[in-house]
Amino acid sequence: MVVEVLELARWQFGITTVYHFLMVPLTIGLAVLVAGMQTAWVRTGDERYLRMTKFWGKLLLVNFAMGVVTGIVQEFQFGMNWSEYSRFVGDVFGAPLAMEGLVAFFVESVFLGLWIFGWDRLPKRVHLACAWAFSLATVVSAYFILAANSWMQHPVGAEFVDGKPTMNSIWAVLTNNTALAAIPHTVAGCFAVAAAFVVGIAAWRLWRKRGEHDEHRAVWRSSVKLGAWTGVVAFVVLVVSGDFQGKLMFQQQPMKMAAAEALCETEQPASFSIIAVGDVADADCESVKTFNVPALLSFLAEGDFSSEVKGVQDLVGEYQDKYGSHYPDDPALGELAGKPVDYVPNLPVTYWGFRIMIGFGALSTLIGVATLWLTRGGRIPGGRWFPRMALGSIALPYIANSAGWIFTEMGRQPFVVVPNPDPSGVDGVWMYTAMAVSRVSEGEVWLSLVSLTLLYVVLGVVEVFLMAKYVRGGIESVMPAKVASRLGAGSDGDQEGPGHGSGDGPSGGVSGGRSAARDDTEDDEPLSFAY
Amino acid sequence: MELEIVWFVVIAFLWLGYLFLEGFDFGVGMLLPVLGRSDTERRVMINTIGPVWDGNEVWIIVAGGAMFAAFPAWYAGLFSAAYLPLLFVLLALIGRGVAFEYRGKVDSDRWRRAWDKVIVVGSTVPPVGIGFIIASTVLGLPLDADGNRVGSAFEAFRWDTLLGALAVTGFSLLHGAVFIALKTDGDIRRRARRLATAILPVAILPVAAFAVLVQVRHGADWTYVSLAVTVAAALVAWWRIAAGREGQAFAALGVAITGTVVTLFGALFPDVLPSTLDAANSLTVDNASSGDYTLTVMTWVAAFGTPAVLVYQGWTYWVFRQRIKTSHIPAPHNAQQVSR
Repeated sequence: MVVEVLELARWQFGITTVYHFLMVPLTIGLAVLVAGMQTAWVRTGDERYLRMTKFWGKLLLVNFAMGVVTGIVQEFQFGMNWSEYSRFVGDVFGAPLAMEGLVAFFVESVFLGLWIFGWDRLPKRVHLACAWAFSLATVVSAYFILAANSWMQHPVGAEFVDGKPTMNSIWAVLTNNTALAAIPHTVAGCFAVAAAFVVGIAAWRLWRKRGEHDEHRAVWRSSVKLGAWTGVVAFVVLVVSGDFQGKLMFQQQPMKMAAAEALCETEQPASFSIIAVGDVADADCESVKTFNVPALLSFLAEGDFSSEVKGVQDLVGEYQDKYGSHYPDDPALGELAGKPVDYVPNLPVTYWGFRIMIGFGALSTLIGVATLWLTRGGRIPGGRWFPRMALGSIALPYIANSAGWIFTEMGRQPFVVVPNPDPSGVDGVWMYTAMAVSRVSEGEVWLSLVSLTLLYVVLGVVEVFLMAKYVRGGIESVMPAKVASRLGAGSDGDQEGPGHGSGDGPSGGVSGGRSAARDDTEDDEPLSFAY
Repeated sequence: MELEIVWFVVIAFLWLGYLFLEGFDFGVGMLLPVLGRSDTERRVMINTIGPVWDGNEVWIIVAGGAMFAAFPAWYAGLFSAAYLPLLFVLLALIGRGVAFEYRGKVDSDRWRRAWDKVIVVGSTVPPVGIGFIIASTVLGLPLDADGNRVGSAFEAFRWDTLLGALAVTGFSLLHGAVFIALKTDGDIRRRARRLATAILPVAILPVAAFAVLVQVRHGADWTYVSLAVTVAAALVAWWRIAAGREGQAFAALGVAITGTVVTLFGALFPDVLPSTLDAANSLTVDNASSGDYTLTVMTWVAAFGTPAVLVYQGWTYWVFRQRIKTSHIPAPHNAQQVSR
């Protein structure tokens, strides 16, 4: 029974986490970009930036809701499906999670509410500050959750007390070198998603009205530029941080990196395979790899072209010596008790995950830059291929992110907490995934897996449908003319001086709107925004 | 004072914050088809909580996170043993959160009615489930020596935990009715007030009954005081809502839920999750807690974080203090109708 529960719980964690991380990157990247757009509007008063804020802000909200609600599952399934894990490592792992809630989630949700509903109730600059508060809080939450994940990849700041890892330095946990490498990498991955999203949609909007008058063309041009440059910067950060992270991983989780290459035997110098034809998990795995770049793997691992990189076979022996060749004879492990431990991760997944991450990430940036080039100086390509490429490329960084996470999480199996191999690191703090799972019934986890997956599928369809609606509707769909003209006209008891208040009208910020704090004398007018 | 006790109190406070804040959110959702006679009225109701519901919901995330950090064995034991109620809560919260955000994004009656159903179900299931979970932790579950549940997936569903479920649901319903009366104006305000006055005795009964049950089974001497406060505050709430003083009634209900939570957690202490099989298997503040270092770190974080949260979350309520009425609701908006 334990084995079935384990499989189901792993599937649930995989599905819910990959799904959650479809929403999160767009939320993080786009939230910061939208805060930037709003800042540009507040500083320059240029109407174009207000339209950008409103349009991309609307898509952000459609996505944000999904990120929030799917995040609740993430926090609670540790207790539900992984209670042995939670009990074992809660002393260390629980702290960054609780901090994330207290420091980031409250700020995020409270200031998001203020931002959505506060357009005509808050002074312009306070409203802008709300945008920055919630968007930066999303980055802060990424920091805490990555610190937690990095502790599972590379435990630090803990010691064994009464048979359990006990935290002895929160500083070590929060400045884990694994986390410091993972944070820029993951956050840049988030911006890559937002970049492709903005470029793809803006390019489609440009193309759609290419031959006619489009009063919003400047909005889409600025969006393409912003998105493409964001993508370029994100890509540079991804490459640099990814290289650093890779070198760390060769030290901290050599098996994961050998698995990334499906490297059977130790090589010196080790070559890097670009692609493989056939089954990389085959006993004879070297033979299926093609386009090998000599010595490149050595360079990726150590920074020179001659060092030795250990292969899977040798590492299995090392792991068996260090951590034992068999699971403990604990009845709680069910059928796995006393069975041999398989230290080799799923090689096809790690090999291809690693390559898809890199390849799709690079391709996405390339298409962003190509779009920037193709639309230079007011050009808009006429062929149908252009919008197809632009919209299609939105999927690329999503796939790259998912592949990267699947690689990093499956590449550390069979451990849920990977042992820290550094002799000066924490000793003996590690855990097999098989020992982490809850002692609950199979039926419970089945029900949970199936119901969550079905609900996610339905909501995913709804989200895409709504996004497509707003994208097709364009600027008018987020700034209806009625509201715009009402808010643009007239000023009442201006308390803020110039450039206060509303911001909903095409002339908002220029001719002024309603006063910042609504009072009861104007009690009967409709709100500029309501659910 | 020992940090385990500090954190027991912090977690009780977080659950109290959650029940108080999202209690009225749930009530508003449950009453949507009862008090909202037209789409505009339903939108009035939804907009009373529109800017705040998400911040309110964070309280349960932080309550869960704080349990994880401060009492890992409590978090692990309760959440795995009360698996099914928690799963239903999660499913409902997911649907409900999306429903608020998506309901108004397509101008179609069918669309809105579908999401209204999600809001009603999504606001009814969580208080029921959370009631089962809180009752389970207060009254105990059949735990073995490792803190794992013995028996079937349905151990959390008993007549006494059902009473807890009714208590949280009844309170939420009532709290929501008073909240609508407090935050709206016009016809809907009057109806909400009348409804709150009418249902108060029935809705508050399971709260009182459950608090009495817990007091009888596990209560300390001093928790008679908080129990008395609960009952007195409920009577004050009834008196004030009948007199049309919505703010005072709302505050009195806040005192009532505070008295209830103090009674429940006061009676529970020093256990955090008793075992119904053997008292030796019970999880307590001592055997379920994290080490002193972790608790010290978390205490510093909470000492600075919690007051800040109270300030800026309180500010939100001030910013959106205006009563909402039907004339405030703008025309429905549709992304596509303006598309060219």
